[in-house]
Amino acid sequence: MRRYLLEGLMRRPLTETAPLPDADAQDQLAAAFARTVRTKLGRSLAIRHVDAGSCNGCELELQALSNPFYDLERFGLHFVASPRHADVLTVTGPVTHNMAEALRRTYDAMPSPKWVIAIGDCAKCGGCFADSYAVAGGVDAVVPVDLHIPGCAPDPTALLKGMVALVERMGSGAEPN
Amino acid sequence: MTKLPDLTWTRSRDFRAAPFSATPVRPSEWTALAHALSAGHFTLLSLWAEEGAACMALHDADARRVAVARVDAATGAFPSVGVHHAPAQRLERAAADLFGLTPEGAADARPWLDHGRWGIRHPLGGASPDAAQPPYAFLPVEGDSLHQVPVGPVHAGIIEPGHFRFTAQGETVVRLEERLGYTHKGIDRLMRGASLARGAELAGRTSGDSTVAYSVAFAQAVEAALSVAVPRRAFALRGLMAELERLANHLGDIGGICNDAAFAMMLAQTGILRENVLRAAHAAFGHRFMRDRVVPGGVAVDLDAEGEAVIKALIADIRDRFPSLVELYDTTASLMDRTVGTGHVAPDLARRFGAGGYVGRASGRDFNTRRDLRYAPYDMLRLEVPVRHECDVNARVWIRIREVEHCCSLITQMLNALPTGPVLTEVAPVGEPRAGLGLVEGFRGDILAWLALDAEGRINRCHMRDPSWFQWPLLEAAIEGNIIADFPLCNKSFNCSYSGHDL
Repeated sequence: MRRYLLEGLMRRPLTETAPLPDADAQDQLAAAFARTVRTKLGRSLAIRHVDAGSCNGCELELQALSNPFYDLERFGLHFVASPRHADVLTVTGPVTHNMAEALRRTYDAMPSPKWVIAIGDCAKCGGCFADSYAVAGGVDAVVPVDLHIPGCAPDPTALLKGMVALVERMGSGAEPN
Repeated sequence: MTKLPDLTWTRSRDFRAAPFSATPVRPSEWTALAHALSAGHFTLLSLWAEEGAACMALHDADARRVAVARVDAATGAFPSVGVHHAPAQRLERAAADLFGLTPEGAADARPWLDHGRWGIRHPLGGASPDAAQPPYAFLPVEGDSLHQVPVGPVHAGIIEPGHFRFTAQGETVVRLEERLGYTHKGIDRLMRGASLARGAELAGRTSGDSTVAYSVAFAQAVEAALSVAVPRRAFALRGLMAELERLANHLGDIGGICNDAAFAMMLAQTGILRENVLRAAHAAFGHRFMRDRVVPGGVAVDLDAEGEAVIKALIADIRDRFPSLVELYDTTASLMDRTVGTGHVAPDLARRFGAGGYVGRASGRDFNTRRDLRYAPYDMLRLEVPVRHECDVNARVWIRIREVEHCCSLITQMLNALPTGPVLTEVAPVGEPRAGLGLVEGFRGDILAWLALDAEGRINRCHMRDPSWFQWPLLEAAIEGNIIADFPLCNKSFNCSYSGHDL
């Protein structure tokens, strides 16, 4: 273990040296994030996530945001365990009838101001599950949505871009819920 | 006791190449089969309802063959299997929720997937308007100094929803009761009347982390039902995708388990390898999860020389970096202190429940669909099936470690002998109703797909059974006697699918 820790100290961070497919886009993202998040929220944006019935594909990409390539926390964005601590609610999946109440309650438990990001094609309108008896619809069928990030599943870069877009909108004075 | 019925048993090579026919049995024979399951003569592969009938798929492990029995339930009831053989209980409750068929004599008549929120009851049966249901009754717990801890459906991490009801005495868990069904999307009914393309789309979105495995299982069932001859190169590419998917998931799990024991460094390291696998998958097949790449009749994308080179480089990199991570795991005493002896699953339980994947193999169940119910391209490959007998979290980690290494070997074997030729063949309806069975080893374990098609090639009934159906109940057993703080560790070592189970 000591060897790993030592190597970690000696090596440049993977986040910068890795041959990312859109390394440029990522650097731009990083800069845009740092600027806006610092002015609006003092470098901190707390995210609470709810899976409202997804296939778990979107969850995998959300988890990937924390790996060393994307390292979400360097932007001041971090996932929190309680809705009481959250500024942003991310929601995936078609909202199933069995999850609608839990989603609503999580949203209600968040203090204002708060924003909602719907993630993935299913979260828009129910996606390929839209016609089901068990599905209430997209996320906006249950809670107000500020931003939708499309994709099946949206990759981590798309997720980061979407979060920048939301922060930009906060800067432009869009009214939160 | 009634004599066992003469079932039409089929060997693995045959059921994937030809339509499958279920054997009609009388109720007494159905019950005799339930007793045979309970006595351990067969393993239950799945149980599901159809219009006016109940079916169960059985695996005869010694003879390496499978059969499907069908009992008439036109009266709205069929004899319960679950009362004799516990692994069938939740499947029966789900069948009752969806079709309104009563498993007669069942010990547990509570609904399972139906939370009383759909507005209708029995969506695949009568679809009658829902009268208000009583609140879900958790099993009663009696004793001194007990307290209950309800967790979920919304969990603290970025994971799927489900409810866990812990009953603890001090720190020690004396019972865990799961309540699932929160992600029920009604896939069974969406499948009804769907085209094959639509069916493949839904199958690939049943459990996102196993999208390749589900797509292959669905495609196998279609190809068997319609006797489609799939090109050899398509089989090889499916194999590559399936192994990349397994690799990505196992790497993520190994890190995730260690992270739940507060050893975050491992998650960071395996996270790098996992991300590399996903990027290689994107470069080679055009999607990080390779979703919609496997279709009935073959695969939707071919692999070019560049893609091959990317996968080769990926495997070389994993072979180079993974061994030192294994050593790190093996030599970190504080980590072993958490994983060794935690979350014990008795071998007998794993065998009775037919637990697939690392859950079964860490408890001595020597079964792997790739070897024991063999399908292409694995019939041409050298296979190893790691098995351990410690039955704990540590053993489940080691099974994954060995399978990561084995995945690398399989991918290399496949790349070295990649057939040339077409990758997709036409799938045409045959003008008569047909049924087919698919069985695939996903990273979690065996996934079953049962498919009944009408004469025009539309889906009459599609039943998909996730490995989690037989693993979730064992998690309840594994946590008993452990402390609540070890639950995330045990849970991650199972990593059951909510969506695949809730459907």
